[in-house]
Amino acid sequence: MSTHAPTQTDPATGEELHDVRLHVNGIVHQVRLPARRLLSDALRHDLGLTGTHVGCEHGVCGACTVLLDGQPVRACLMFAVSAAGQELTTVEGLAQPDGRLGHVQQAFKECHGLQCGFCTPGFLTTITAGLRDNPDPTEDEARDMIGGNLCRCTGYQNIVKAVCRAAELGRLEPDQEDQS
Amino acid sequence: MTTKLFGQAVQRVEDDRLLRGNGQYVDDLMPGALHAAILRSPHAHARILGIDVDAVLDVDGVVAVYTHEDLDGAMAEPLPLLIPHPTLTHGRTQYALARDEINYVGEAIAMVVAVDRYVAEDAVGRIHVDYEVLPPVVGIENARDGELLVHDDVPGNRAARMEQEVGDAEAAIAAAPHRLSLDLEVERSACMPMEGRGTVARWDTDSHRMQVWTSTQTSSGVRAAVAAKLGLDLGQVDVITPDVGGGFGVKIVHPWPEELLVPMAARALGRPVKFIEDRREHFISSAHERGQVQHVDVGFDDDGRLLGLSVQFWHDNGAYTPYGLIVPIITSTQLLGPYKPANYKVVFDSLYTNTVIVTPYRGAGRPQGVYAMERTMDAIAAYLGKDRTVVRAANFIQPDEFPYDQGLLFQDGRPLIYDSGDFPASLEKLKALVGWDDFERIRDEARAEGRTVGIGLACYVEGTGVGPYEGGHVHIETSGKVKVSTGLTSQGQGHQTAFAQIVADELGVPFEDIEVVTGDTRRSPYSVGTFASRAAVMSGSAIALAARKTREKVLRIAADALETTPEDLEIVNGVVQVKGAPASRIELGTIAVLSNPLRYAFDEASKAATQFAVGDPTKPPVADDDEPGLEGKDFYSPLRSTFANGMHAVVVETDPDTAEITILRYAVVHDCGNLINPLIVEGQIHGGVAQGVGGALYERMAYNEHGQLENASFMDFLMPYVSEVPKHIEIDHIETPSPLNPLGLKGAGEAGVIPSAAVFASAIEDAEGFSITSMPISPSELFALRLHHEQKLQEGPHA
Ligand code: FES
Ligand code: FES
Repeated sequence: MSTHAPTQTDPATGEELHDVRLHVNGIVHQVRLPARRLLSDALRHDLGLTGTHVGCEHGVCGACTVLLDGQPVRACLMFAVSAAGQELTTVEGLAQPDGRLGHVQQAFKECHGLQCGFCTPGFLTTITAGLRDNPDPTEDEARDMIGGNLCRCTGYQNIVKAVCRAAELGRLEPDQEDQS
Repeated sequence: MTTKLFGQAVQRVEDDRLLRGNGQYVDDLMPGALHAAILRSPHAHARILGIDVDAVLDVDGVVAVYTHEDLDGAMAEPLPLLIPHPTLTHGRTQYALARDEINYVGEAIAMVVAVDRYVAEDAVGRIHVDYEVLPPVVGIENARDGELLVHDDVPGNRAARMEQEVGDAEAAIAAAPHRLSLDLEVERSACMPMEGRGTVARWDTDSHRMQVWTSTQTSSGVRAAVAAKLGLDLGQVDVITPDVGGGFGVKIVHPWPEELLVPMAARALGRPVKFIEDRREHFISSAHERGQVQHVDVGFDDDGRLLGLSVQFWHDNGAYTPYGLIVPIITSTQLLGPYKPANYKVVFDSLYTNTVIVTPYRGAGRPQGVYAMERTMDAIAAYLGKDRTVVRAANFIQPDEFPYDQGLLFQDGRPLIYDSGDFPASLEKLKALVGWDDFERIRDEARAEGRTVGIGLACYVEGTGVGPYEGGHVHIETSGKVKVSTGLTSQGQGHQTAFAQIVADELGVPFEDIEVVTGDTRRSPYSVGTFASRAAVMSGSAIALAARKTREKVLRIAADALETTPEDLEIVNGVVQVKGAPASRIELGTIAVLSNPLRYAFDEASKAATQFAVGDPTKPPVADDDEPGLEGKDFYSPLRSTFANGMHAVVVETDPDTAEITILRYAVVHDCGNLINPLIVEGQIHGGVAQGVGGALYERMAYNEHGQLENASFMDFLMPYVSEVPKHIEIDHIETPSPLNPLGLKGAGEAGVIPSAAVFASAIEDAEGFSITSMPISPSELFALRLHHEQKLQEGPHA
């Protein structure tokens, strides 16, 4: 499912294109892409899911983090064609099915865990996966959970607080949705 | 009355959208636009002998390529020198695309526009440029000795020399009972917002309008630049600032070359064009700050009281000076902090180097100034064997001395007069917060365990809310909803929330009914921008004034309709009612209908309005001194800046083997006048402290001797992750309201970062027992310093 013979050539650029099925937030998208199109660019520009952000394009900042079969990955370090057939979750897929904010989102709001919001989608996806593995983290474990994501605005104290708060919300009312 | 929102920790209205991934940053807009990529200079200093773009033209998907030859009119001229200054005798700016010489790695040379960024980058790689490589000037020392020149016609690489003096510093120092000299250094760092720069432009051929969306801190500034450079009337250009992913200063350079090139191409090609910077480009072609070398001479008495202070410093302004001398002027004036040296002299040289330009970064010159002053305070304390807080207290301006005139001119050309503050009270709070008086015991206990700890503090005063003005516009719709607009932009500081809090209180309307728009020149053409911690002071005040005007009109019309006087009315929860007789009431939306004599029954509100009759039938429907609509507009323009202040303290532990520096405690006392929203202010402090930790311990711009920036990626430029910042920050506020504005506000955006280099230097010095004169300090540098000092001790006093 992950290799695709080129099927067509882009008339504008002459690049070979591949037909790819991307499963994102429970929806299947059929797209035709050059092999070198980054997953982050495909999500943003081909699917219009602009919630996933690009801060460095070299795998360090974590802004582009999405969940691939539930695991956090850097969408800027992956070609879209290699995500074919796997289940992707982006920030757009983190709200509750009834439209309310998901626990991690809600916790960020309550704890002032964001300022410009640019790094935020990467934190939200990372923490979503982190809390699934460890639903009851200590403060130090919460810190570890976000240790690979950069934020230039908030100073992190409120983000750590938000991780703990999200865990608490999860205990109060287990999340209804499990996208991956 | 509705509950007062001013001062409440209201959750932000911005967040829902941003948390769902529904934010609209510039790269999220205009899908399908063409993409621009820029060819940037690989050399720090070179002459361009020729550019060959032939190989680009046959790349599939390329639409256009531009070099300087393709620019005409004002676009072919150098970019504006935004803030000229009489002492900036040799100001220089670059071209939008380099003409014949390049002066830093990263300077823009050519632009390719293609169907997507991948193709545009492919094409950029095929442009061939013939260079005559010239020797570069890198670092302040090389710039200062002036053997090699950045610009042939700028002798000594000196863009400016500026001097200010109060009293006679040299004489006072010479006559003082004690004297000290210090040589200090601070490295370059940079804003590094997580979102880089970006611009999208669309030329509307039907209406002949240019529309530009750009990640800027000043939409009105970009608008003026685009109009001037592209030969358009101001009225033909709209600049809209969507969500901005952080700025911290770097997004205020108006214009960046790309902010002109993109609209230019959009007009020429008749198609929308987008430029989104990548991270390496941001490192090598936006802006840096901080780099200075300083020399301090000080004379003082037995109590540590300053008698004379003379400071000379050399400021690295990079290759060009588009932003004038703002940064070094701030250093030279804000250096004084909460103290009153009886005699003060400052001289600085602003020097060219073949490196990226220097423009304000959060704190803007203050971190360096505070560093110079606070290092001096620590040195005096060490020399006299006094507690560092005691020496500071001996020099404080006292609460009854405000307004206090420092006798200097500030960066806005206005006198440096502090409006309010209470420094002794702040110091007491800080000492309590960090456990200053208890620290000797903690130090002893740590020593007994073989651990090394140290404590440091630093104080600052920050001129915030600089003029000249900002505006506010408040419009009440017939639905009763309130639309507020201000021209300055937002980059994550929660302006929409804070401003809505102000309007809710002023108008007595529910917070949820208020929508605030920032940074859209279609709504607010007259504006300055978001920088210098001025948003709350300037736009907050303007919006309050505009809301008061609107309120006046509301009450005037309501009084007419209810046949009473405005004084007898109050607004509660969006309804105007007679005081003491709340049954006599009228909805705000209804008043909005009544304000407009066009009485078509569009909706329920207009139907409801028919029950009231307003206006004198003997006069025209709109009186001479009135206008239709329920709106209020006002501008706030202060006499001078307001001065916020604060003090930080930190406790560090230094590892005896690895020299690693760990933060044990961090405490902040902060005075930004009245707090609109403590949640947001504390968030600003957290973020500022994190940037300060980065600047003090990790971040530097590693230029090699060829002028190549060797750490132009997040892999190598070390910004703090969660593991580097203090786990907790103890914060206490003190509120000395500014008498200069209607809400008693002072700015809060930059405070967190200003004292960082100073406070860490103080604490590390305290832990290690030898002086720290160069920041940032890495473990390996601290390790080397230890060896150096051990060696000196072994060599003995005669060595
Ligand atoms: S954008 Fe992917 S890690 Fe920074
Ligand atoms: S909120 Fe701005 S980068 Fe994290």
